[in-house]
Amino acid sequence: MKFTGTKNYVATEELQLAVNAAITLQRPLLIKGEPGTGKTLLAEEVAAALDMPLITWHVKSTTKAQQGLYEYDAVSRLRDSQLGTDKVHDISNYIVPGKLWEAFTSEKQAVLLIDEVDKADIEFPNDLLLELDRMEFYVYETQETIKASQRPLVIITSNNEKELPDAFLRRCFFHYIRFPDRETMQQIVDVHFPNVQQELVEKALAVFYDLRDIAGLKKKPSTSELVDWIKLLMSDELARDQLLSKDASSSVPPLSGALVKNEQDAGLLERLAFMMRRQNS
Amino acid sequence: MLIDFFEEVRAAGVPATPRELLDLIRGLQADLAFAEIDDFYLLARTCLVKDEKYYDRFDLAFSSYFKGIGSLDELLEKVIPDEWLRQTFEKFLSEEDRKKIKSLGSLEKLMEEFKKRLEEQKERHAGGSKWIGTGGTSPFGHGGYHPEGIRVGGESKNRSAAKVWEKREFRNFDDSLSLGNRNIQVALKRLRQFARTGAAEELDLDSTIKATARNAGYLDLKMVREKHNSVKVLLLLDVGGSMDDHIEMVEELFTACRTEFKHLEHYYFHNCLYESVWKDNNRRFNERIPTMDLIHKYGPDYKVIFVGDASMSPYEIAVAGGSVEHFNQEPGQVWLKRVTNNWNKTVWLNPVPEKYWGYTQSISMINQLMEKRMYPLTIEGLDAAMKELVK
Repeated sequence: MKFTGTKNYVATEELQLAVNAAITLQRPLLIKGEPGTGKTLLAEEVAAALDMPLITWHVKSTTKAQQGLYEYDAVSRLRDSQLGTDKVHDISNYIVPGKLWEAFTSEKQAVLLIDEVDKADIEFPNDLLLELDRMEFYVYETQETIKASQRPLVIITSNNEKELPDAFLRRCFFHYIRFPDRETMQQIVDVHFPNVQQELVEKALAVFYDLRDIAGLKKKPSTSELVDWIKLLMSDELARDQLLSKDASSSVPPLSGALVKNEQDAGLLERLAFMMRRQNS
Repeated sequence: MLIDFFEEVRAAGVPATPRELLDLIRGLQADLAFAEIDDFYLLARTCLVKDEKYYDRFDLAFSSYFKGIGSLDELLEKVIPDEWLRQTFEKFLSEEDRKKIKSLGSLEKLMEEFKKRLEEQKERHAGGSKWIGTGGTSPFGHGGYHPEGIRVGGESKNRSAAKVWEKREFRNFDDSLSLGNRNIQVALKRLRQFARTGAAEELDLDSTIKATARNAGYLDLKMVREKHNSVKVLLLLDVGGSMDDHIEMVEELFTACRTEFKHLEHYYFHNCLYESVWKDNNRRFNERIPTMDLIHKYGPDYKVIFVGDASMSPYEIAVAGGSVEHFNQEPGQVWLKRVTNNWNKTVWLNPVPEKYWGYTQSISMINQLMEKRMYPLTIEGLDAAMKELVK
């Protein structure tokens, strides 16, 4: 079982090795990287490529570790007892399995994506140490141990908003998705738009990397924004011609709203374009 | 077999543990990287390094271990022929630099300089502080050339592309700050004050039981609002001048505060607090906010944290007109007193190490004004300051 990227997803050699190491040694894989470099997508593509079911646990600031294991729905049990339903005598009717439970008991080996682990409380990763290590946990209400029949492949993503505890890091493999270089980016664009004009892509990539080099941009455009932009360019003939015909440096790139997403950055671009025009004239 | 390598990695300052070494060996056993140094590099990095900021240190350790080279000096003398070095060197030099070389005497002399510089940087790096390029006065220029280019070139002798670990692309990520972001957040956690705000979403068990009993045993659910951290923080930051040395530390603190506190307001001042502050350093002269407005706007339930080195001339605190930037009608100490009178939860965090406080008069003056609530900007200091604020 080896992951080598899919026809929709370009995985660098580094990333392939990290994923394969995580599969072989059955360790969680922690993925970090700039937003928009395909961290979440990785789990989906790994699941698709290896034909494994994908179970996604989106972490929010209010998420508790326990919710990933199970929740005891005491309120409906109380209500049922009022109504005199028979179900009420068996407590296991009111244990709601969480995503981890689902992944542990999945018939086929599953891919478990713990998305944006850094959004949760700072103690959240610590609360999952044993569960991720042994792939088992204990349900107090029913006094049973849930043990993974097949250890799921755990992929964890982080946007680096909080630092993760050391003990947690020691248990994971780690990979930082670097921003793709030009060659890789060309591959990524090819994968997404097989029929696009080569000239357009080259021009677009040139503008895109120039844009990333501008000092002072609050949020640099990333891969997903480039893909969106090319999609827009392809559907808009006028903008396409503008990009191909004009000297890109002296004007704001067409449809730049897809690349630059806050007003300060947009303002900066306009100022730069203005300065370029003045220099040229 | 990998123990030496592991030691080398640890010596370079990558916090790897035996557990991770065992992982690496297991990975090798499972044939993840067989007789291929690139694969081994990737596998070792995946297993041993858990933060991108250590990638650079790992790369250094890796290349030094697998070259079997003790020091950069030897690398310079043995591995790279001087002839070759000169070529690349010249390629990287601009017209201007070449003139500078002439002014230095000869290329030989420059090579000497260069070796020295390289050694110095190695040492400094091993010491843990980060270096970014060479300084402006360096005879090597700063844009076109930097010393690790030598290492990249050292490979190309074999007609192979530069190895990844020699490129050291993660150089910029390295930070050796003692105050990690996580440590700060853990310390700030002390300053939590839970209050119930927002929509009622949580089951209130106690009142549900009471209400149900009153309802003759029929269930009557009672909900309460969820608990949130409602502590309110007013952060006053000293910028410019002597604070420039502490920018990184203060930035870390600021980032951690941002994520930890929902009600966080921040304003800047220079050296000492006077009648006005500002929010945006780019517009500090145009958009000033009277300090009086802060006192009126933020209620006494706010906790005030000053961050500053408190290092200035004593006149800046004690005398009207003592400010270095403008003529202040009232001395700084009057304003500091107003702040401590208005908010009784006030602390001052000082990035200057505590042992030097005694040498600067202004620090002890401010500490006096703050009623001894000045704390060093370290984890212990932060912890103590937060304890003071929740008292």
